[in-house]
Amino acid sequence: MSLKAFHLVFIIASIVLAFGFGAWLLRQCFAFDGPVIELAGGIASIVAGIGLIVYERYFLKKTRNVSYL
Amino acid sequence: MDIPYTVDTRPDTGLYNAKAGIWLFLASEVMLFGALFSAYILLRVGAPEGLWPLGWLNVPLGTINTLVLITSSITTVMAWAALKVNQFDRFKLFHGITLLCALIFVGIKSFEYYDKFTHYEVTLKDGRIADGHLKEATDTHVTISGRFVEEREELYDLHKHKAHGHETITIAREDIEKLSNYGPRHNTYMAIYFTLTGLHALHVIGGAIVIGYLWGPGSRLWRKDPERFTNRIEISGLFWHFVDLVWIFLFPILYLL
Repeated sequence: MSLKAFHLVFIIASIVLAFGFGAWLLRQCFAFDGPVIELAGGIASIVAGIGLIVYERYFLKKTRNVSYL
Repeated sequence: MDIPYTVDTRPDTGLYNAKAGIWLFLASEVMLFGALFSAYILLRVGAPEGLWPLGWLNVPLGTINTLVLITSSITTVMAWAALKVNQFDRFKLFHGITLLCALIFVGIKSFEYYDKFTHYEVTLKDGRIADGHLKEATDTHVTISGRFVEEREELYDLHKHKAHGHETITIAREDIEKLSNYGPRHNTYMAIYFTLTGLHALHVIGGAIVIGYLWGPGSRLWRKDPERFTNRIEISGLFWHFVDLVWIFLFPILYLL
């Protein structure tokens, strides 16, 4: 597996973490009456997850000619 | 004499030797961290109900460290890609940023460790418990900035009991039954926390040394054998990605869940 393939796996894991962390922060905010910063953080984390999806698509396009091995 | 397969792929593996070697090494690392993650799960499911710490770690600092490591993974790939298109100056820039990210991560982690080693739980002879950060310790008394709790259980789930005031508390030595900081000996949670994050931090430091070498004196190889140097950057990048991936699992299980 090349660095390209491992990077894709890593970014997928980061996307899952970003969405999971966003959900966790929103739950903290609503279930335990958390401060507004947790709501903002939750939204920011989900936006970061979307940003990572965009980055992954860009990366795939840019490294089209690089082997997965 | 030339070392074979530093650039060309071996016909039997389809990889150059260093790549086959790093993947064998990473397989052993998966077993090492896998065993420790299993230990964490067994300790957690075996803990009495309500006595597993929640919210003991600083989530904002953990989040910053996560962002730092994700950024460093992107820059390490950018550095490799720059070499692939013969842009050595861009490689220097991106690899330098990766090194900086590694140092920031270790700096933040050190601060977190310091915070834990100066955080004390003081059990008094009358049964009360004081919890807070050590301000002063003399032969006659101990001063902390923290609070008193009636039951030890109040200290465990800080997600639910997050709002609490801090006051300066001075306790005479003769009134103290037990004084314990939040180091690895404090309880099983702190023990597995320091084991997992300590081992991970050692990997970050090891990776930073290799990245620093390849950024500095090791980069001379670029002039003599650019393809081989590019492969070295790929190998260091694979290791770095593994270290970052371990953190992607560590952060939620230790800081959030």
